[in-house]
Formats: sequence, structure tokens, C-alpha cells
Amino acid sequence: MTAPPDDCLARNEWICGAYVSTRSEILADAVVQHLQLAGASVAIGLLLALPLAVAARRWRWAAGPVLAITTVLYTIPALAMFSLLLPAYGLSAALVVAGLVLYSLTLLVRNILAGLRAVPEETRQAARGLGYGPIRLLLTVELPLAVPAAMAGLRMATVSAVSLVTIGAIVGHGGLGNLIHAGMNTYFKAQVLTASALCVVIAVVADLLLLGVQRLLTPWTRGQAS
Amino acid sequence: MTTLADAWSWLTTAANWSGENGVRHRLAEHVFLTVVCLALSCLIALPVGLVLGHLGKGGALAVNLANAGRAVPTFAVLVLLLLSPLGPYGPWPTVIALVLFAVPPLLTNAYVGMRGVDADVVRAARGMGMTGGQTLLRVELPLALPLILTGVRIAAVQLVATATVAALAGGGGLGRIITAGFNLASTPQVVAGACLVAVLALVVEGVFEAVGRLAPAGARGRGA
Repeated sequence: MTAPPDDCLARNEWICGAYVSTRSEILADAVVQHLQLAGASVAIGLLLALPLAVAARRWRWAAGPVLAITTVLYTIPALAMFSLLLPAYGLSAALVVAGLVLYSLTLLVRNILAGLRAVPEETRQAARGLGYGPIRLLLTVELPLAVPAAMAGLRMATVSAVSLVTIGAIVGHGGLGNLIHAGMNTYFKAQVLTASALCVVIAVVADLLLLGVQRLLTPWTRGQAS
Repeated sequence: MTTLADAWSWLTTAANWSGENGVRHRLAEHVFLTVVCLALSCLIALPVGLVLGHLGKGGALAVNLANAGRAVPTFAVLVLLLLSPLGPYGPWPTVIALVLFAVPPLLTNAYVGMRGVDADVVRAARGMGMTGGQTLLRVELPLALPLILTGVRIAAVQLVATATVAALAGGGGLGRIITAGFNLASTPQVVAGACLVAVLALVVEGVFEAVGRLAPAGARGRGA
């Protein structure tokens, strides 16, 4: 052990290049865990939200309960949500993913449903007149037209999930949140600020990537004011 | 199922309700924090949102603020403030973090509500000789009220949630029951605390829902 030099780590400064270079592996691991947790939650949320939204669109009676339940779930604070799932999942990454899936469900179901409802009746009738069956109508007309609204929900859900993963630190599976939590307990300023900044960067990059995907998926909206 | 029964028996044990770490004190802390921070953020955000909406300026700010509020983790801001020079000053880091996260929904909804007022109505008000201030207070504000109330509701629910996370960073409130439960490895206490927080959040949401329903017909939303 050599005596600690008088660098920014020893002085416990907020911004510290030495922290990033000496802890790059820990940071990379945390970023990967963060991306996995947020990515898995949003992906599972999307897989569940799509059939729920389509069902709520098809059968009027289903819309009320589906929207009510997802709204109630969204109201429950994240820390409480993770705690309520503790008996079912234990201190595992699955707990964090399950909690985040429930949150993304709300945003996704609401937005996909709004998108499906906004499809003009004339468009539907035109497709029916062309001999489209209900499945083909859904897959080739209604869902593509719902993409802009659905993508807006997906972007919100993704950004929220990236931010909420940090609270998973309470069960030791919080990606960058673990570093923030550990940094808080040891008063390690550089670690807290670096991890927090990385969280925001991940959220912004994910949002921009999804915006790009949306542009690719909906070439017909380009060039017109939305 | 046994965990739920254990959580129920934790909740019905009188000893868990009294004292500094008891439910009663933590609930009072939580409600107090939420109410004070909601009042503070309304004082800050609503005038700004109303004036910006009235003038029709700063739309980009209002929209981007809401997006930024979603992207920045509450936990990170709480810890950053705790480690900042403000850290030692008791509840201030928590209060500032709570206000920071309650301002975006309030400001954005106030702005959007003001912009959504029919331009013809505003022109009519001007034609009747109303000044800018009169138009704002007597015409635009009442018409924008439903959306403003929606903003207050979102902010209140957000405050309950953020106040819970504050317990992770050493703040008070019901979140402390959860964090204490984790430290004691007591799943029943964790679940009991989580139920209390969830019920509080749903009650807050329900109260605003009721206020919205009971409001005079003019203040009710037409689904903006």
C-alpha cells in the first residue's frame, strides 16, 4: 500500500477523472446491469401491453378494468412496489424487473389504446371494403397507424424505467443505483455524481434511439408537422 | 400468504404505531413533507406556468422540463443533495429534491392549460376592455383550471413517491418503515410499510379525483 497521493480521489471531489479510469470496470458492469434491467422490463412490458391494449379496444367492457388496474399500479410508489413484491421474488433481479414491468404496462397500454382508438373509422371501413379480415385489419392497418402514439408511450416507459432502476438498489439490484447507494454510505462524491450522470446519459440516448426507430417505422409522418 | 398475515399482524400491533419510529409519527412526517412541498412547488411553479402560458412564451421550457423530470432519477438527486454542502441541514436536501420533482408536472400542466384556452374567448375578453391581468385571472385561469388541477394531482402523487425514496437517503416518512424492515431482514415489516405507502398514494389520488368530480361544472375538464 502506497500512501494516497493528493489527487481528486483523496480530496473527494465531485468530478474526478481518476475515479473513472480506475473504476472503469465497476462502472461498465453497473451500466450493463442497468441496461439489462431496464431493457428486460420494457420488453416484457411491451409484450404484455400489446394484447391488453388490443383486447381493451376490441371488447369495450375490458377497457375500463384494464385502465383502472394499470392506473392503480402506476400510483403505487416504486419503493413500495418493490417491497410488495418481496415475498414473491425475494432479493432478486426478477423483483426489480417485475416492478418495472408493472410501471411500463400503464404507460404502454394507455398509449397503444389511444393510438388504436385514433384510427379513423373511414380507414377501417375502407380496409373492410377491400376485403380485409379482422386480423389483417389489425396487423396491417390499425397497429401501424397506432405506432406514433405507441412509440411515445414506449419512450416514456423506457426513460422512466432507466430512472427507476436506481431504486432497485434497496434489494442490491439497481445497476448504477448500487453505486449511488454505496457512494452515499461512504460519502464518495465522485462515484455518486458519475453514476447519476451515466443514468441520465443512458436515458437520453435510449430516448433518442427510440425516436430514430419511430422515424424509420413511420416514414409517412415525415415532412408533416405533427 | 403467511407473509401477508404476518404483515397484517405487524400493522395491528399497537407497539408498532407509537414512538419515533412508529407508524403514527412516520405517517405524520410523510403527510407534512408532502403538504409543505406541494404548497412550495405550487407557489413556485403555478405563477411561472400561468404567466408563460398567458404570454405564450417558453413552451419549449415547459415541455422539456417535464421530460427532464422523468429522466433524472429521484434517488440520484436525493443523494447528490445529501452529499452537497446542504447535506447537514436536516430536512432541506429532502425538501429541495421533492420540490424539484413536483415543479415540472405543475408548470407543464399550467402552461398547457393556459395555451389550450380558446383564442376567440381571449380575444372577446380583450374586446370587452379587459387588461392582460384581468384576462389571465378572470378568463384564462378558470378555463385552464381542470388541467392545472391535473398537474397538482400528478405532483402530489409524485411527492408521496419521492418522499418514500427520501428514506433511502436518510429522510423521514413512511419509507423509513420499509428501509428499517430491510435492515432487520423483516419481510412482514417491509410489506406492511409498503402497504401503508401504497394506501397513502391511492388516498391522495382518490382525494384529487373526488375534488375534480365535485368541482362546479365550469371547472370540470372536457378531456383536454
